[in-house]
Amino acid sequence: MKILIPTPLRQYAAKKDTVEVPAKTVGEALSSLTSQYSDLRRHLYTDDGKLRAFVNVYLNDEDIRYLQKENTPVREGDTLSIVPSIAGGCCCCPR
Amino acid sequence: MATIAENIQPATLSNEEVLRYSRHLIMPEVGMEGQLKLKAAKVLCIGAGGLGSPLALYLAAAGVGTLGMVDFDVVDFTNLQRQIIHSTEDVGRKKLDSAEESIRGINPFVDVRRFETRLTSDNALEIFRDFDVVVDGTDNFPTRYLVNDACVLAGKPNVYGSIFRFEGQASVLATKDGPCYRCWYPEPPPPGLVPSCAEGGVLGILPGLVGVIQATETVKLILGTGEPLIGRVLLVDALGMRFRELKLRKDPDCPVCGTHPTITKLIDYQQFCGISGEEAPVTTKVPEIQPEELKQRLDAGEDIFILDVREPHEYQICNLNGYLIPLGDLPKRVNQLDSSREIVAHCRSGVRSAKAVEFLRQAGFHKVKNLVGGVLAWSDRIDPKMPKY
Repeated sequence: MKILIPTPLRQYAAKKDTVEVPAKTVGEALSSLTSQYSDLRRHLYTDDGKLRAFVNVYLNDEDIRYLQKENTPVREGDTLSIVPSIAGGCCCCPR
Repeated sequence: MATIAENIQPATLSNEEVLRYSRHLIMPEVGMEGQLKLKAAKVLCIGAGGLGSPLALYLAAAGVGTLGMVDFDVVDFTNLQRQIIHSTEDVGRKKLDSAEESIRGINPFVDVRRFETRLTSDNALEIFRDFDVVVDGTDNFPTRYLVNDACVLAGKPNVYGSIFRFEGQASVLATKDGPCYRCWYPEPPPPGLVPSCAEGGVLGILPGLVGVIQATETVKLILGTGEPLIGRVLLVDALGMRFRELKLRKDPDCPVCGTHPTITKLIDYQQFCGISGEEAPVTTKVPEIQPEELKQRLDAGEDIFILDVREPHEYQICNLNGYLIPLGDLPKRVNQLDSSREIVAHCRSGVRSAKAVEFLRQAGFHKVKNLVGGVLAWSDRIDPKMPKY
Protein backbone atom coordinates (compact mmCIF):
# COMPACT_ATOMS: atom_id res chain seq x y z
CA MET A 1 0.00 0.00 0.00
CA LYS A 2 1.00 3.61 -0.38
CA ILE A 3 2.06 5.68 2.61
CA LEU A 4 2.08 9.44 2.11
CA ILE A 5 4.92 11.11 4.01
CA PRO A 6 4.25 14.67 5.13
CA THR A 7 6.81 17.41 4.49
CA PRO A 8 8.16 17.71 8.06
CA LEU A 9 9.04 13.99 8.08
CA ARG A 10 10.47 13.56 4.59
CA GLN A 11 14.00 14.32 5.78
CA TYR A 12 13.81 11.08 7.80
CA ALA A 13 12.52 9.03 4.87
CA ALA A 14 15.25 9.71 2.34
CA LYS A 15 13.29 12.77 1.16
CA LYS A 16 10.51 10.62 -0.27
CA ASP A 17 6.92 11.86 -0.33
CA THR A 18 5.48 8.37 -0.88
CA VAL A 19 6.62 4.94 0.26
CA GLU A 20 5.16 1.63 -0.94
CA VAL A 21 5.00 -1.19 1.58
CA PRO A 22 3.30 -4.60 1.65
CA ALA A 23 0.87 -4.81 4.57
CA LYS A 24 -2.34 -6.34 5.76
CA THR A 25 -2.97 -3.89 8.60
CA VAL A 26 -2.13 -0.31 9.39
CA GLY A 27 0.25 -1.49 12.11
CA GLU A 28 2.13 -3.69 9.66
CA ALA A 29 2.42 -0.84 7.20
CA LEU A 30 3.86 1.53 9.80
CA SER A 31 6.17 -1.15 11.11
CA SER A 32 7.47 -1.79 7.63
CA LEU A 33 7.96 1.93 7.13
CA THR A 34 9.92 2.41 10.33
CA SER A 35 12.06 -0.66 9.64
CA GLN A 36 13.05 0.84 6.32
CA TYR A 37 13.56 4.32 7.77
CA SER A 38 14.54 3.90 11.39
CA ASP A 39 14.88 7.65 12.00
CA LEU A 40 11.14 7.94 11.50
CA ARG A 41 10.44 5.77 14.49
CA ARG A 42 11.09 8.35 17.20
CA HIS A 43 9.05 10.93 15.32
CA LEU A 44 6.05 8.65 15.01
CA TYR A 45 6.25 6.68 18.25
CA THR A 46 6.93 7.41 21.91
CA ASP A 47 9.52 5.40 23.81
CA ASP A 48 6.85 2.98 24.92
CA GLY A 49 5.69 2.24 21.42
CA LYS A 50 2.57 4.40 21.18
CA LEU A 51 1.75 6.59 18.20
CA ARG A 52 2.46 10.21 19.12
CA ALA A 53 -0.60 12.32 19.87
CA PHE A 54 0.45 15.12 17.50
CA VAL A 55 0.67 12.75 14.55
CA ASN A 56 -2.55 11.43 13.08
CA VAL A 57 -2.78 8.50 10.71
CA TYR A 58 -5.57 8.24 8.15
CA LEU A 59 -6.59 5.23 6.14
CA ASN A 60 -7.83 6.93 2.99
CA ASP A 61 -9.83 9.76 4.58
CA GLU A 62 -10.66 8.21 7.95
CA ASP A 63 -8.68 8.70 11.17
CA ILE A 64 -7.55 5.24 12.38
CA ARG A 65 -8.46 6.20 15.96
CA TYR A 66 -12.06 5.84 14.81
CA LEU A 67 -11.41 2.56 13.01
CA GLN A 68 -9.47 -0.25 14.65
CA LYS A 69 -6.35 1.83 15.16
CA GLU A 70 -3.26 -0.15 14.19
CA ASN A 71 -5.30 -3.30 13.76
CA THR A 72 -7.31 -1.72 10.96
CA PRO A 73 -7.13 -4.01 7.94
CA VAL A 74 -5.93 -2.51 4.68
CA ARG A 75 -6.75 -3.43 1.10
CA GLU A 76 -5.00 -3.13 -2.22
CA GLY A 77 -5.23 0.47 -3.39
CA ASP A 78 -5.64 1.94 0.10
CA THR A 79 -3.56 4.95 1.05
CA LEU A 80 -2.19 5.72 4.48
CA SER A 81 -1.61 9.39 5.27
CA ILE A 82 0.57 10.59 8.11
CA VAL A 83 -0.60 14.06 9.12
CA PRO A 84 1.33 15.81 11.88
CA SER A 85 0.12 19.04 13.43
CA ILE A 86 1.76 22.11 11.89
CA ALA A 87 1.80 25.67 13.07
CA GLY A 88 3.73 27.54 10.41
CA GLY A 89 6.56 29.96 10.99
CA CYS A 90 9.54 28.63 12.83
CA CYS A 91 8.12 25.94 14.97
CA CYS A 92 10.98 25.12 17.26
CA CYS A 93 14.14 26.99 18.04
CA PRO A 94 13.96 30.73 18.64
CA ARG A 95 15.73 32.90 16.05
CA MET B 1 -25.35 24.66 7.40
CA ALA B 2 -25.90 28.01 9.07
CA THR B 3 -24.04 28.60 12.28
CA ILE B 4 -23.95 32.28 13.08
CA ALA B 5 -26.29 33.66 10.41
CA GLU B 6 -29.28 33.61 12.73
CA ASN B 7 -27.56 35.76 15.36
CA ILE B 8 -26.84 38.71 13.13
CA GLN B 9 -28.99 41.85 13.02
CA PRO B 10 -28.79 43.25 9.46
CA ALA B 11 -27.94 46.92 9.00
CA THR B 12 -28.59 48.95 5.81
CA LEU B 13 -26.52 49.74 2.71
CA SER B 14 -25.90 53.20 1.32
CA ASN B 15 -26.05 53.80 -2.45
CA GLU B 16 -22.27 53.87 -2.45
CA GLU B 17 -22.12 50.48 -0.78
CA VAL B 18 -24.70 49.05 -3.20
CA LEU B 19 -22.47 50.05 -6.11
CA ARG B 20 -19.34 48.76 -4.37
CA TYR B 21 -20.85 45.37 -3.70
CA SER B 22 -22.88 45.08 -6.89
CA ARG B 23 -21.12 41.89 -7.96
CA HIS B 24 -22.24 40.29 -4.70
CA LEU B 25 -25.73 41.73 -4.82
CA ILE B 26 -26.52 40.33 -8.25
CA MET B 27 -25.65 36.81 -7.08
CA PRO B 28 -28.54 34.89 -5.51
CA GLU B 29 -26.06 33.18 -3.17
CA VAL B 30 -25.30 36.57 -1.58
CA GLY B 31 -27.86 39.20 -2.58
CA MET B 32 -28.89 42.14 -0.44
CA GLU B 33 -29.70 39.88 2.48
CA GLY B 34 -26.24 38.29 2.40
CA GLN B 35 -24.43 41.59 2.00
CA LEU B 36 -26.27 42.99 5.00
CA LYS B 37 -25.17 39.96 7.00
CA LEU B 38 -21.58 40.62 5.98
CA LYS B 39 -21.89 44.24 7.01
CA ALA B 40 -23.29 43.34 10.40
CA ALA B 41 -20.68 40.65 11.01
CA LYS B 42 -17.74 41.04 13.36
CA VAL B 43 -14.69 38.92 12.55
CA LEU B 44 -11.57 38.69 14.69
CA CYS B 45 -8.33 37.98 12.80
CA ILE B 46 -5.57 36.69 15.02
CA GLY B 47 -2.33 37.69 13.39
CA ALA B 48 -1.62 40.22 10.64
CA GLY B 49 1.08 38.10 9.06
CA GLY B 50 1.20 35.46 6.37
CA LEU B 51 -2.30 34.08 6.83
CA GLY B 52 -3.77 37.27 8.27
CA SER B 53 -2.73 39.36 5.25
CA PRO B 54 -4.85 37.82 2.48
CA LEU B 55 -7.56 37.02 5.00
CA ALA B 56 -8.03 40.59 6.20
CA LEU B 57 -7.75 42.04 2.68
CA TYR B 58 -10.42 39.75 1.26
CA LEU B 59 -12.76 40.11 4.22
CA ALA B 60 -12.45 43.88 3.90
CA ALA B 61 -13.15 43.68 0.18
CA ALA B 62 -16.16 41.47 0.84
CA GLY B 63 -17.67 44.09 3.11
CA VAL B 64 -17.31 42.53 6.56
CA GLY B 65 -18.48 45.37 8.78
CA THR B 66 -16.08 44.95 11.69
CA LEU B 67 -12.60 43.46 11.52
CA GLY B 68 -10.73 42.95 14.74
CA MET B 69 -6.97 42.53 14.29
CA VAL B 70 -4.70 41.09 16.96
CA ASP B 71 -0.96 41.60 16.47
CA PHE B 72 1.84 43.07 18.57
CA ASP B 73 4.61 42.76 16.02
CA VAL B 74 6.47 45.13 13.74
CA VAL B 75 6.88 44.70 9.97
CA ASP B 76 10.21 43.05 9.15
CA PHE B 77 11.91 43.07 5.76
CA THR B 78 11.68 39.29 5.54
CA ASN B 79 7.90 39.49 5.97
CA LEU B 80 7.42 41.10 2.56
CA GLN B 81 7.94 37.80 0.73
CA ARG B 82 4.43 36.76 1.81
CA GLN B 83 2.69 39.26 4.11
CA ILE B 84 1.06 41.21 1.34
CA ILE B 85 -0.96 43.52 3.55
CA HIS B 86 2.35 45.29 4.29
CA SER B 87 4.50 47.08 1.74
CA THR B 88 8.19 47.97 1.57
CA GLU B 89 7.73 51.40 3.13
CA ASP B 90 5.97 49.78 6.10
CA VAL B 91 9.14 48.03 7.28
CA GLY B 92 9.68 49.07 10.88
CA ARG B 93 6.07 50.12 11.40
CA LYS B 94 3.64 48.33 13.69
CA LYS B 95 1.83 45.62 11.76
CA LEU B 96 -1.48 46.91 13.05
CA ASP B 97 -0.82 50.40 11.66
CA SER B 98 0.15 49.03 8.30
CA ALA B 99 -2.72 46.53 8.20
CA GLU B 100 -5.32 49.09 9.19
CA GLU B 101 -4.12 51.41 6.46
CA SER B 102 -4.32 48.68 3.81
CA ILE B 103 -7.77 47.61 4.96
CA ARG B 104 -9.10 51.18 4.89
CA GLY B 105 -7.54 51.69 1.49
CA ILE B 106 -9.54 48.79 0.12
CA ASN B 107 -12.70 49.51 2.01
CA PRO B 108 -13.20 52.60 4.17
CA PHE B 109 -16.54 51.22 5.35
CA VAL B 110 -14.81 48.60 7.50
CA ASP B 111 -14.58 49.33 11.22
CA VAL B 112 -11.10 48.14 12.25
CA ARG B 113 -10.71 47.27 15.92
CA ARG B 114 -7.09 47.01 17.01
CA PHE B 115 -5.70 44.75 19.69
CA GLU B 116 -2.03 45.53 19.97
CA THR B 117 -1.26 42.79 22.40
CA ARG B 118 -0.13 39.23 22.68
CA LEU B 119 -3.16 36.97 23.01
CA THR B 120 -3.04 35.34 26.46
CA SER B 121 -5.22 33.32 28.80
CA ASP B 122 -5.90 36.56 30.65
CA ASN B 123 -7.28 38.53 27.72
CA ALA B 124 -8.56 36.04 25.13
CA LEU B 125 -12.10 35.55 26.35
CA GLU B 126 -12.58 39.28 26.85
CA ILE B 127 -11.29 40.04 23.34
CA PHE B 128 -13.34 37.27 21.71
CA ARG B 129 -16.57 38.28 23.39
CA ASP B 130 -17.75 40.92 20.92
CA PHE B 131 -16.97 38.96 17.77
CA ASP B 132 -18.98 36.41 15.81
CA VAL B 133 -16.14 34.43 14.21
CA VAL B 134 -12.48 34.01 15.10
CA VAL B 135 -9.93 33.31 12.39
CA ASP B 136 -6.67 31.79 13.55
CA GLY B 137 -3.65 32.98 11.58
CA THR B 138 -1.00 32.37 14.20
CA ASP B 139 2.34 30.64 13.93
CA ASN B 140 2.90 28.70 17.15
CA PHE B 141 1.33 25.83 19.04
CA PRO B 142 0.60 27.48 22.40
CA THR B 143 -1.51 30.15 20.67
CA ARG B 144 -3.26 27.53 18.54
CA TYR B 145 -4.42 25.69 21.64
CA LEU B 146 -5.30 28.94 23.41
CA VAL B 147 -7.42 30.14 20.49
CA ASN B 148 -9.13 26.78 20.24
CA ASP B 149 -10.00 26.54 23.90
CA ALA B 150 -11.13 30.17 24.07
CA CYS B 151 -13.36 29.66 21.02
CA VAL B 152 -15.01 26.62 22.55
CA LEU B 153 -15.49 28.33 25.91
CA ALA B 154 -16.78 31.54 24.29
CA GLY B 155 -18.95 29.70 21.75
CA LYS B 156 -17.25 31.20 18.67
CA PRO B 157 -16.35 29.21 15.55
CA ASN B 158 -12.61 28.96 14.90
CA VAL B 159 -11.73 29.22 11.20
CA TYR B 160 -8.43 27.39 11.29
CA GLY B 161 -5.58 27.50 8.81
CA SER B 162 -1.96 26.53 9.15
CA ILE B 163 1.03 26.13 6.89
CA PHE B 164 4.46 24.56 6.74
CA ARG B 165 6.84 25.12 3.81
CA PHE B 166 4.51 24.28 0.94
CA GLU B 167 1.72 22.36 2.69
CA GLY B 168 -1.30 23.71 4.46
CA GLN B 169 -4.33 22.66 6.44
CA ALA B 170 -7.71 24.35 6.78
CA SER B 171 -10.85 23.55 8.73
CA VAL B 172 -13.69 25.13 10.68
CA LEU B 173 -13.40 24.11 14.30
CA ALA B 174 -15.18 24.76 17.58
CA THR B 175 -18.69 24.95 16.18
CA LYS B 176 -21.43 23.72 18.50
CA ASP B 177 -21.75 20.25 17.00
CA GLY B 178 -18.39 20.02 15.29
CA PRO B 179 -14.91 19.00 16.43
CA CYS B 180 -12.34 21.32 17.92
CA TYR B 181 -8.54 21.37 17.58
CA ARG B 182 -8.07 19.10 20.58
CA CYS B 183 -10.42 16.49 19.03
CA TRP B 184 -7.97 16.46 16.17
CA TYR B 185 -4.64 16.82 17.95
CA PRO B 186 -5.05 16.16 21.70
CA GLU B 187 -1.43 17.09 22.38
CA PRO B 188 1.13 19.44 20.87
CA PRO B 189 4.55 18.26 19.73
CA PRO B 190 7.20 18.70 22.41
CA PRO B 191 9.68 21.44 21.50
CA GLY B 192 12.87 20.07 20.00
CA LEU B 193 11.18 17.18 18.24
CA VAL B 194 9.95 19.12 15.23
CA PRO B 195 12.20 19.72 12.20
CA SER B 196 14.99 22.26 12.39
CA CYS B 197 14.78 25.82 11.11
CA ALA B 198 16.92 24.83 8.15
CA GLU B 199 14.13 22.65 6.92
CA GLY B 200 11.67 25.46 7.52
CA GLY B 201 11.17 28.45 5.32
CA VAL B 202 7.85 28.85 3.55
CA LEU B 203 6.73 29.25 -0.05
CA GLY B 204 5.51 32.85 -0.06
CA ILE B 205 2.31 32.11 -1.93
CA LEU B 206 1.23 29.35 0.41
CA PRO B 207 -0.30 31.48 3.17
CA GLY B 208 -2.01 33.33 0.33
CA LEU B 209 -3.71 30.11 -0.75
CA VAL B 210 -4.64 29.00 2.75
CA GLY B 211 -5.56 32.49 4.03
CA VAL B 212 -8.06 32.95 1.22
CA ILE B 213 -9.54 29.53 1.99
CA GLN B 214 -10.01 30.81 5.54
CA ALA B 215 -11.59 34.01 4.23
CA THR B 216 -13.92 31.91 2.07
CA GLU B 217 -14.99 29.78 5.00
CA THR B 218 -15.56 32.90 7.11
CA VAL B 219 -17.81 34.43 4.45
CA LYS B 220 -19.75 31.17 4.15
CA LEU B 221 -20.32 31.02 7.89
CA ILE B 222 -21.58 34.59 7.91
CA LEU B 223 -23.87 34.04 4.94
CA GLY B 224 -25.01 30.65 6.17
CA THR B 225 -24.42 29.23 2.71
CA GLY B 226 -22.43 26.48 1.03
CA GLU B 227 -20.81 23.67 2.95
CA PRO B 228 -18.23 24.87 5.48
CA LEU B 229 -15.25 22.70 6.42
CA ILE B 230 -16.94 21.50 9.59
CA GLY B 231 -15.93 17.94 10.39
CA ARG B 232 -13.51 18.07 7.46
CA VAL B 233 -9.89 19.03 6.99
CA LEU B 234 -8.62 20.33 3.68
CA LEU B 235 -4.98 19.42 3.07
CA VAL B 236 -3.24 21.61 0.54
CA ASP B 237 -0.08 20.51 -1.26
CA ALA B 238 1.05 23.54 -3.22
CA LEU B 239 3.89 21.79 -5.03
CA GLY B 240 1.70 18.99 -6.35
CA MET B 241 -1.30 21.37 -6.48
CA ARG B 242 -3.30 18.64 -4.83
CA PHE B 243 -6.17 19.19 -2.44
CA ARG B 244 -7.25 16.32 -0.25
CA GLU B 245 -9.96 16.02 2.30
CA LEU B 246 -9.88 14.10 5.55
CA LYS B 247 -12.73 13.44 7.93
CA LEU B 248 -12.51 15.11 11.31
CA ARG B 249 -14.67 13.70 14.06
CA LYS B 250 -15.86 15.32 17.26
CA ASP B 251 -14.40 13.40 20.17
CA PRO B 252 -17.00 12.79 22.87
CA ASP B 253 -14.09 12.51 25.34
CA CYS B 254 -12.50 15.80 24.29
CA PRO B 255 -11.46 17.62 27.47
CA VAL B 256 -12.72 20.95 26.22
CA CYS B 257 -15.66 20.32 23.85
CA GLY B 258 -16.69 16.77 24.79
CA THR B 259 -19.70 15.62 26.75
CA HIS B 260 -17.85 15.87 30.09
CA PRO B 261 -15.32 18.66 29.68
CA THR B 262 -12.52 18.86 32.22
CA ILE B 263 -11.12 22.11 30.87
CA THR B 264 -13.54 24.86 31.79
CA LYS B 265 -11.13 27.76 31.86
CA LEU B 266 -8.02 28.79 29.96
CA ILE B 267 -4.75 27.24 31.10
CA ASP B 268 -1.04 28.00 30.83
CA TYR B 269 -0.44 27.09 27.18
CA GLN B 270 3.32 27.59 27.26
CA GLN B 271 3.45 24.96 29.96
CA PHE B 272 1.03 22.73 28.06
CA CYS B 273 3.37 22.86 25.07
CA GLY B 274 6.36 22.10 27.24
CA ILE B 275 8.03 25.45 26.76
CA SER B 276 9.86 26.74 29.82
CA GLY B 277 9.55 30.34 30.97
CA GLU B 278 12.90 31.67 29.81
CA GLU B 279 13.91 31.69 26.15
CA ALA B 280 16.51 29.02 26.77
CA PRO B 281 18.25 27.18 23.95
CA VAL B 282 17.34 23.52 23.77
CA THR B 283 20.82 22.43 24.83
CA THR B 284 22.75 23.33 27.97
CA LYS B 285 25.39 26.04 27.80
CA VAL B 286 28.31 25.02 25.61
CA PRO B 287 31.78 26.59 25.16
CA GLU B 288 31.46 29.66 22.95
CA ILE B 289 33.57 32.00 20.92
CA GLN B 290 32.57 35.49 19.86
CA PRO B 291 32.90 36.48 16.17
CA GLU B 292 35.53 39.12 17.01
CA GLU B 293 37.78 36.61 18.70
CA LEU B 294 37.44 34.10 15.87
CA LYS B 295 38.29 36.78 13.31
CA GLN B 296 41.31 37.88 15.27
CA ARG B 297 42.64 34.36 15.65
CA LEU B 298 42.05 33.45 12.00
CA ASP B 299 43.83 36.63 10.90
CA ALA B 300 46.75 35.68 13.16
CA GLY B 301 47.05 32.44 11.21
CA GLU B 302 45.90 30.09 13.94
CA ASP B 303 44.89 26.60 12.88
CA ILE B 304 41.15 26.55 13.52
CA PHE B 305 38.81 24.10 11.82
CA ILE B 306 35.54 25.78 10.90
CA LEU B 307 32.65 23.36 10.94
CA ASP B 308 29.48 24.57 9.21
CA VAL B 309 26.41 22.58 10.31
CA ARG B 310 23.90 24.26 8.01
CA GLU B 311 22.27 22.78 4.92
CA PRO B 312 23.89 22.85 1.45
CA HIS B 313 21.46 25.44 0.10
CA GLU B 314 22.37 27.76 2.95
CA TYR B 315 26.07 27.33 2.21
CA GLN B 316 25.36 28.67 -1.25
CA ILE B 317 23.88 31.88 0.17
CA CYS B 318 26.97 32.72 2.17
CA ASN B 319 29.66 30.88 4.10
CA LEU B 320 32.84 31.22 6.14
CA ASN B 321 34.65 28.66 3.99
CA GLY B 322 33.80 26.11 6.61
CA TYR B 323 33.65 22.33 6.21
CA LEU B 324 29.99 21.51 5.68
CA ILE B 325 28.38 18.72 7.67
CA PRO B 326 24.64 19.39 8.09
CA LEU B 327 23.58 18.88 11.69
CA GLY B 328 21.41 15.89 10.82
CA ASP B 329 24.41 14.14 9.24
CA LEU B 330 26.82 14.81 12.08
CA PRO B 331 26.39 11.48 13.88
CA LYS B 332 27.17 9.58 10.67
CA ARG B 333 30.12 11.76 9.68
CA VAL B 334 31.72 12.55 13.01
CA ASN B 335 34.69 10.35 12.05
CA GLN B 336 35.57 12.93 9.41
CA LEU B 337 36.49 15.31 12.21
CA ASP B 338 39.81 15.41 14.01
CA SER B 339 39.31 15.82 17.74
CA SER B 340 42.91 16.95 18.20
CA ARG B 341 42.23 20.12 16.26
CA GLU B 342 40.49 23.19 17.57
CA ILE B 343 37.01 23.24 16.03
CA VAL B 344 34.59 26.16 15.84
CA ALA B 345 31.08 25.11 14.84
CA HIS B 346 28.67 27.60 13.33
CA CYS B 347 25.24 27.80 11.72
CA ARG B 348 22.95 30.67 10.83
CA SER B 349 22.16 32.02 14.27
CA GLY B 350 24.07 29.83 16.70
CA VAL B 351 21.28 27.50 17.78
CA ARG B 352 21.95 24.45 15.61
CA SER B 353 25.69 24.79 16.12
CA ALA B 354 25.17 24.79 19.89
CA LYS B 355 23.52 21.39 19.49
CA ALA B 356 26.43 20.27 17.33
CA VAL B 357 28.94 21.32 19.98
CA GLU B 358 26.93 19.52 22.67
CA PHE B 359 26.89 16.38 20.53
CA LEU B 360 30.62 16.55 19.79
CA ARG B 361 31.53 17.09 23.45
CA GLN B 362 29.55 14.01 24.36
CA ALA B 363 31.40 12.17 21.60
CA GLY B 364 34.70 13.05 23.27
CA PHE B 365 35.70 16.26 21.48
CA HIS B 366 37.21 18.67 24.01
CA LYS B 367 38.40 21.46 21.75
CA VAL B 368 35.11 22.49 20.19
CA LYS B 369 33.33 25.82 20.56
CA ASN B 370 30.13 27.39 19.28
CA LEU B 371 30.30 30.61 17.24
CA VAL B 372 27.91 32.93 19.07
CA GLY B 373 25.26 34.35 16.73
CA GLY B 374 26.40 32.39 13.67
CA VAL B 375 26.68 33.98 10.22
CA LEU B 376 24.09 36.57 11.22
CA ALA B 377 26.38 37.93 13.92
CA TRP B 378 29.37 37.63 11.56
CA SER B 379 27.53 39.78 9.04
CA ASP B 380 26.50 42.32 11.68
CA ARG B 381 29.84 42.66 13.41
CA ILE B 382 32.65 41.45 11.16
CA ASP B 383 31.74 41.46 7.48
CA PRO B 384 28.74 43.59 6.48
CA LYS B 385 29.14 42.38 2.89
CA MET B 386 27.96 38.96 3.99
CA PRO B 387 24.24 38.71 3.18
CA LYS B 388 21.80 37.94 5.97
CA TYR B 389 18.89 35.62 5.39
